[in-house]
Formats: sequence, structure tokens, C-alpha cells
Amino acid sequence: MSRRLLGPFNRVEGDLEITLEVEDGVIRQARVNSPLFRGFEHILQGKPPQDALVYTPRICGICSVSQSVAAATALAQAQGIAPTENGRLATNLILATENLADHLTHFYLFFMPDFARDAYRNQPGFDATARRFKAQQGSAAPEMLAARAGFMHITGLLAGKWPHSLALQPGGTTRPVEAAEKSRLGTLLRAFRHFLETRLFAAPLEAIDALDSSQALDAFAEQHPDSDFAHFLRLSDQHRLQLLGRAGDLFMSYGAYPDESGGHLLGRGIWGNGRQQTLDSEAIREDLSHSWLNAHSEPLHPWQGSTLPGDDDDQGYSWCKAPRLDGQIAEVGALARQLNDGHPLILDLVRHQGGNVRARVVARLLELARVVPAMENWVRALRPGDSFCTPTRPIEEGRGAGLVEAARGSLGHWMVIRHQRILNYQIIAPTTWNFSPRDRDEQPGPLEQALQGTVVGNDDDPVVIQHIIRSFDPCMVCTVH
Amino acid sequence: MSYRVLWLQSGGCGGCSLSLLNAESPDLLTTLAINDIELLWHPSLSEAGTAEFLQLLEDIEQGRQKLDALCLEGSVMMGPNGSGRFHRLAGTRRPMFDVIRSLAGQARHCLAIGQCAAFGGITLAGSNPGEATGLGYHIAEPGGLLGVDWRSRSGLPVINIAGCPTHPGWVLDVLCQLAAGDFHESHIDELNRPRAVTDHLVHHGCPRNEFYEYKASAEKPSDLGCMMEHMGCLGTQARADCNIRPWNGGGSCLRGGYACINCTAPGFEEPGHPFTETPKIAGIPVGLPTDMPKAWFVALASLSKAATPQRLKLNATADHIRIPPGRQKEEES
Repeated sequence: MSRRLLGPFNRVEGDLEITLEVEDGVIRQARVNSPLFRGFEHILQGKPPQDALVYTPRICGICSVSQSVAAATALAQAQGIAPTENGRLATNLILATENLADHLTHFYLFFMPDFARDAYRNQPGFDATARRFKAQQGSAAPEMLAARAGFMHITGLLAGKWPHSLALQPGGTTRPVEAAEKSRLGTLLRAFRHFLETRLFAAPLEAIDALDSSQALDAFAEQHPDSDFAHFLRLSDQHRLQLLGRAGDLFMSYGAYPDESGGHLLGRGIWGNGRQQTLDSEAIREDLSHSWLNAHSEPLHPWQGSTLPGDDDDQGYSWCKAPRLDGQIAEVGALARQLNDGHPLILDLVRHQGGNVRARVVARLLELARVVPAMENWVRALRPGDSFCTPTRPIEEGRGAGLVEAARGSLGHWMVIRHQRILNYQIIAPTTWNFSPRDRDEQPGPLEQALQGTVVGNDDDPVVIQHIIRSFDPCMVCTVH
Repeated sequence: MSYRVLWLQSGGCGGCSLSLLNAESPDLLTTLAINDIELLWHPSLSEAGTAEFLQLLEDIEQGRQKLDALCLEGSVMMGPNGSGRFHRLAGTRRPMFDVIRSLAGQARHCLAIGQCAAFGGITLAGSNPGEATGLGYHIAEPGGLLGVDWRSRSGLPVINIAGCPTHPGWVLDVLCQLAAGDFHESHIDELNRPRAVTDHLVHHGCPRNEFYEYKASAEKPSDLGCMMEHMGCLGTQARADCNIRPWNGGGSCLRGGYACINCTAPGFEEPGHPFTETPKIAGIPVGLPTDMPKAWFVALASLSKAATPQRLKLNATADHIRIPPGRQKEEES
């Protein structure tokens, strides 16, 4: 048994360190460490509740709007108000812009460049992959950056800027839209659709959404060989990505993009063993047994939770907590969202091979194809002249939860208010779930599970690990916050 | 020879890097390439694996690799109890502050990217649980990690590109000027921020200027009026060009309908009042426009309030234009 300490990793958001125990070239155990602690939950204590809208987006520069929406939702619940219809639509549009831009960034800048690394130079097709995806040099990145920056004009119009906007409020959004601006939003979306339909998919978005089985996906790749999506699918076959990175196969989603009737565009639930169940967020507990934090006698729900930095003790190996749902490990992200929404392609992929590197990437790209048309509908539904925001109310005492879906998965804020001040604020971010350390039953977190059993041989810096890690699109600055 | 940049992140959110990806005409990678700027390493963009990166750091520290600019994004984490255990460089047990200090000593230029690296920023709000500090400043006091009189090898102090986050143009302009040998001490202000940014006020170019002139004020989020009187807006005091050089194709905080919270100024993270409420004494905002004597402000404000056209009065508290310019008489009749 040999021990390897890996890190720092680039092309993940924030800092990550992994300790592997390798025997006969196979990972027997993995321990995932989030090495940065900033203490946002302390910073928020004693602040005026509405100031959470300034502090929490600054937890993370890549999930900034998700943090804003979670805080605004928690405040709205505490105040007993709801956003106006325009406010709901604009909030969905701003959040979807961030989430989809993140998926694009992940695919082109974070995930694909690994296949253009020298370790693969003897693989068939390497030159074409390097020409398209090599970090900082490939032809794809400048095209994608231009498309992404243009798409982000939606945030310039609806939220002032990205990241770190104060436009997302409990009662809606601060930036009303006039008829000409509504038309401009439509144009920005069509420009983004054009990029996706010519470069990423080389097919209409609706054709991607219509893929309903593994066979249909294979057929698509053959029919559209010039698309970046097909390029990925070929690499996936070559490197057998469908056999890499399987975790515990229990998938959770809080539900993404509220609709007008209290439901979601992408449904909420937990999915495991081939079926979906209702999600009870009150069954969440955070276990601190392997964190560098002072633990309570029992794991607590975030309504009661605390975050007290502790010593460099023997058992702890990360600043990250270990959230569990009814004691179980849950994986979150686009794959979990599409499973809980019952998309036939994703159901088929997971029924056959479980959660894996390939399925996670396919789910993210599928989400691009599915959410852009929804955004087009939201823009059409905006009603210039109608209210975008209802005024907030002062809160003397109360509490509120904001459960949203960020690009990387389920994000929760739990806020308790006493004497018009924040008494307690607890945050569980998507990567807190996915990259959690062990709990007191020694159950490893999802990435730790996903790495176990992976064949790495004698390579000190195996690329295969990079594929598995990046398939979760980790956001480490959110993880510990 | 290309201008070589190493970009590190510590106690921050990564938002300045993500904002940098918003660069346009041309895009970020093209801008760097055509200005002969080479990223030796950037956490979001580079290919290099773990071992190559650690080797690169060692080469720079040993003087084997030339380093033109060290960019730090995020606060320096000193805690707990000065140990740096809140951020150790992954793959090592070394406190990140030690890595930063060592590399800064090798760099020709040293840049604090964003409010956190410049002054400590949002990470040192509240009780400063992480014992965060800036590279060359701790809030408004010179010092920080590197000390009061610290200068980089070029003789320049740490260049503080403040902001939360930074505008992509702020960062790229400074890097391009440095690479071209055209950035000098006269280009930074008294807090070592680029004067190209801080010689302006956020107020300059604010589309709500007419509301400001007549003190026609917004009262709630999404109102169109001036946000200085009630909504906490510090645009008349904040030093940045956000409304001259807008964000994401035409936005800014004020254009987005919410207050400027003065994120280029040290200490913005603790305003001492709710961010989006204006503190007042006897009905007069405590913070007055930069360089304006209080008596004059009060006199002019009461005069302009008396002269506010009906159009501005009505539009200020509405979320869309009720009366367009020049139609006042029709509406009144």
C-alpha cells in the first residue's frame, strides 16, 4: 500500500487536495480535503438580515447568483413574501444564465483540455483533440469565450453585472425591463442558441432534448461527427469514461427554476435504485466527525448547526462538513437534476451503468439544450409595465430557508433571525455534498467513493483522476465558504 | 520576450478570475496573446498538473524561472492564530501566506487583484474569523502581508486593482501597460490603485443623474429615481469608472437598479449600517458627494427639490417611465 498526496488541482474552482492509498496500482481509499476556510457563517452572525444579499454571493465568484437567489429565497420565506411574476421570471433568467455559462466553462475550459495533455499524445485522434481543446491554445476556447461573454450580457441587462449583483431581491428583481429590452434579451438568447447549434451540438437544441436512449445518443454522435459534443462522445468511448467515477448512485435535487404554480422546470426529489422518492430537506444532517471543526455529540440539521474551527486533530482531514440525507450519501448536480426530472436519456444511461464521468458530462450538456428554450419562454412571458419587485418587510424574528439548484447542484441557505439580526446562518453548497469527507459511520463522500477502485498504475499524476474529479465540476470556494 | 504572469488564489471567491473571462473585443485569451503576455499558471486556465505546478513554484523561488508579475486574487489567510492553517497550499503543508511572500520577492511586479487581495475585503468582515489581510494593506493601513515599505523588484509597490469583483478591463489594461513597459508610479493613486479607474466617480455617467440633480429619489427596489437619499448608494463618493466603462455589455450596479456599495474602497465590507439603507442625521445623508461642502449640499438640495419637475417626481418612484421628457404639460392637463 502506498500513499500519495495530490494537489493543487487547476481547472477546478478553488483549492483541492486528495490523499490516495494505492495498492497494486488500484485506489483502495481516497480522502478529499478542502484546504481553504474563510468563515462566512461567522461573518454573517449579527448582521442585518438583508445584508446577506451582499455577503453570500461573495462566497463564490462562479456560483454568485445561486448564492444570491438562495439568500433572497430565505429572506422571502422569513418575511412571508413572494416575488412578483416578472421578478420570478427575471430571477430564473439570471440564474439560468449563470448556470448555463458555468456548464459551458466547465466543458470547454475545465474538462476537455485534459484530453489534449501529452499523456495522451499517442492516442488515435490526438492531434484533432489538441487543435480544438488544448488549454489556452485550442481553437474552441476563444470561440466559446466570445459566445459566453455575449450570453452574459443578459446579466448586464437584468442584474447590472456578473458576478456579485444586488438585483436579486426577496420580492423579485431591481431592474424592470421595457419592450425593446425584452426584444434584446431574445436576440441575446438566439445568439447563444446559434453558438450551441453550430459548434457544441451541430444540431437543433430540440433534437438534443429528444434523445431518449443510449442508442439514440450513439446514433447522434455518428450523424453529427463535427460537433464538439460528438468529439466528447468519441473520447468518452476511447477512454471508457462510462466505467469511471461511479459513486453511491443516490441523487438529490431541490428542484430548479420555480414555475408559476409552485413546481419547478426541473423537478425536485431523490432518485435511487431506479425510482424517485419525495425529498424531505428536514432529514439533512451535517456530520463533523472528520472535519477540522468542533463537533456536536450528534450531527445537526442546519437550523441548529454551527461552524467552529477546531484543532488539527487525528481524525479530521478537511475543512468540509459531511452533509447526509437521512444518514445517506447523496450526489448532486446536473445528472441528479435530469434524473429527478425523469429525462429518458439520462434514466437510460444511469439504469445501465450508474452515475459516471460520461453521464455527468452528458447531463450538463443536455441541460444547456433543455434550459435555453425555457429561457426563451421566460423572456416571452415578461410583461413590461408590470411590477418586477414587491417591497421587503422588516423582520423582527423568524427563519427562512432558500433551497436552489446551482450549476453544480443543490445549494441550501438556512437563516435564523432574532431582534432584527442574523442569529445563525448555515450554508450547504453542492460540492459540500459531492466532496464531503467521511462521516462517523466511516462512509466516504461521493468523490471518495468515485475514486475507489480506479486503476492508476504507477503513474504519479494520473490523468484518469483528473477526469473523475472534474466530472463533478467541483466548486471548492463554495464547499467550505 | 513575453511578459510572464503567475496567478494565485487564496482567501477569495474566484470572482475576479471569472469576471476576467467576460473580457470582450477581443476575448481574454486573444487579448493576452496579442499583447505577448504568457500565463505561466492560472488556476482556471492552465493545463499543467500537480507536479508541474509545484516544480514551477520551486523554479521561481530558486530564481530559475523569470517572473514578471505575481497576481494574487483573494485575501491572505493568516489564521488561526497566525498559523496560516486556514489555507495551506494543497499537496504541501505549507501555509499559503508563506508561498505568496516568497513569490512576491521574486516578481518584477506584484498585483493585488480585487478588493480581498488589495485590502482584505469581504473575507475580513465581521470578526475577521480567518485573520484575513491584504498583500500590502490591512484595510486602509499600509502593511498587510508584505509590510509598510515593501516594493517589488521593479520599485513599484503592490498595485491594488481593487473592486469586488474587478472589471475585466481594469486588470487587462494594467497587465498590458506593464507588459509594454508603460505603467509608472504616476499611474497609481494614494492607495496604489490604478488612477485610470479611481480618477473617476461611479456617479460619472450614471443614467440616474437627472434624478440626482433634482433630488428625485427612489424609495424601494426597482424604482427609477436616485438611490443616494434612501437606498444607500455611494456612487457620488465611490471612485471607479463603472458608468463610463460599463459591465457585461452595458450594465453597472446603478444601471441594474441597486446601490453602489463602494467596493473599490478599503473597508467597504463594514459600512456600519445596512448596505442598502442611507444613514441620515436630521434627514440629511451622512455621506455627502465627494468634495462638496455640506452647507452647499443642503442649500442646493433644498433648492433643487423645490424645482423638481413633475415628470421626475413621478418617475422616481415608478418602475417604468410614466412621463417621458417633454410631455409634462400633456400629462398635467
